[in-house]
Amino acid sequence: MIEARELTKRYGDKTVVDNLSFTVKPGEVTGFLGPNGAGKSTTMRMIVGLDSPTKGSVTVAGRSYAKHAAPLHEIGTLLEAKSVHPGRSAFNHLMALAHTHGIPRRRVDEVIELAGLTSVAGKRVGAFSLGMGQRLGIATALLGDPAIVMLDEPVNGLDPEGVLWVRNLLRSLADEGRAVMLSSHLMSETALIADHLVIIGRGRLLADTTVDDFTQEAGGGGIRVATAEAMKLRSLLAGPDVTITSSSNEELLVSGRDAREIGAIAARNGIALHELTPQSVSLEAAFMDLTRDVVEYQSAPADTERKAA
Amino acid sequence: MPTTALRRTQRPGKDDNLSTAPDPHTSATRYKVTGIRVLRSEWAKFWSLRSSWITLGVAVFLLVLFGAIASFTYSADATAGGGPAPGGGSGDSDAVSLALTGVTFASLAVGVLGVLLAAGEYGTGMIRSTLAAVPRRLPVLWSKAAVIGPIVLVLTVIGALAAFQLGTPGLDGEKIALSLGDDGVLRSLAGAGVYLSLVAVFGVALGMLIRSSAGAIAVLVGTLLILPGLASLLPDSLYDTMNPYFPSNAGSAVYALNQSSDALSPGAGIAVFAGWVALTLAGAAYRLRKSDA
Repeated sequence: MIEARELTKRYGDKTVVDNLSFTVKPGEVTGFLGPNGAGKSTTMRMIVGLDSPTKGSVTVAGRSYAKHAAPLHEIGTLLEAKSVHPGRSAFNHLMALAHTHGIPRRRVDEVIELAGLTSVAGKRVGAFSLGMGQRLGIATALLGDPAIVMLDEPVNGLDPEGVLWVRNLLRSLADEGRAVMLSSHLMSETALIADHLVIIGRGRLLADTTVDDFTQEAGGGGIRVATAEAMKLRSLLAGPDVTITSSSNEELLVSGRDAREIGAIAARNGIALHELTPQSVSLEAAFMDLTRDVVEYQSAPADTERKAA
Repeated sequence: MPTTALRRTQRPGKDDNLSTAPDPHTSATRYKVTGIRVLRSEWAKFWSLRSSWITLGVAVFLLVLFGAIASFTYSADATAGGGPAPGGGSGDSDAVSLALTGVTFASLAVGVLGVLLAAGEYGTGMIRSTLAAVPRRLPVLWSKAAVIGPIVLVLTVIGALAAFQLGTPGLDGEKIALSLGDDGVLRSLAGAGVYLSLVAVFGVALGMLIRSSAGAIAVLVGTLLILPGLASLLPDSLYDTMNPYFPSNAGSAVYALNQSSDALSPGAGIAVFAGWVALTLAGAAYRLRKSDA
């Protein structure tokens, strides 16, 4: 369990994390989303005490991270993949960290095998590819058999096989009752793994929701109905939570009722429908919609340069 | 009770209550950070880098090589021409000072070794892994110092002894020739090892304080080699008072066989140099504790 309360981090007059509160619960995969520069990594660094908050607090299993007797057993982290001395072998890197907690060599071999690094464990980390570096980072995170696993952009640089591996791994970790937190700037990827979503932009909380709710809302583009008797159908569909708009006199955009309901009502009343289409918005589009105003590095529309030239 | 039922689905001891008793699960698995374990980790880290072996090897090699060469190329006539009588001042040659000619070079090597051990973690990002494992942080600094100090002490004392012994045939028949059993010889050679091990710890402290290898090495070289020279620009009276207390001058008093009149005694030299190192360590500890990694 990670609990952040009014977490704030300022560097000079730049506020990177702004009054952020959220909870990461055991047994769930929590996706921590935001555009680049939203403050995800800074928040994660504060969780494990690498940076101290300007204001507010964050606790891991009820206490601040540094107060734990065996921190690596509480929370295993992958921050940036390059948190490793390139001159050391993967085995020696893991063993050095294992020594601090009295973690036996057996466990080091175990996580090396789990991460699929057995054949390269003796090689200098400096010679690793990005994907192998990520695997080593994940092995490091799992070293202390932690109750919480926190990974910053774990699928970065992994091949499709690796991405699938991470996805299954995180799911099984959550199913074992661990809390899993992973950050990403890719909504579609995260939605496949996560149960819960914490979305931030410019350091502020934008949404704290479940993937199901988010998907539903994203799908909440309404349902387009086309019929010759639009006026009649409109009054039949009306209800307390239903909003209906129309762009022409044969078309309705209904939200608050699903397609099945609308079809049934129309059939009951003998209204013929030409079209009944859920207006799906992709998760990525919904995410971009949510974060549009808070994107740190906004790219100019593609055509501006051509106009200028 | 509903709360117990709920907790049972979590891992044992994963209690979100702020005022809990010690976690049962940590004692069950016996994973725990202790000072000895951090020391063990730093020991393993030190030896698992090729750069440690190389730098350490270079330090000992320079120590032995320069000492032996100086002894073999020594000629009584050359010194008799210019300098005052032997035994008078620190500028004179004796068998020990010749054998320890390489100390200055070796001190740079072991200082750099210390810097790399500390600042190297910042340069590579390893520090994030280190401090995530030891979030109390200070044990990391003490352990680095406690690992590098004794390693350098042992190897450089051996190096100094080797330099002296290798140089002895070169001074055969010279007036200044000494043997290991002579007064103060062993003390001086061991003193060189003590000085070099303190320099290595000084390097660790500088590396932790400055966090950049290049910056820390620059300060190391500046403090050990350039500072005494710069200080000669000071007014004479002030210079005379301060000169023996500069780090490298206090340090060289530790391993000089014959003390010049204006230098500190070996004991005072150790104390003063150790004081400088302690001061830098304190600064490093403060920064490590207070600022973001």
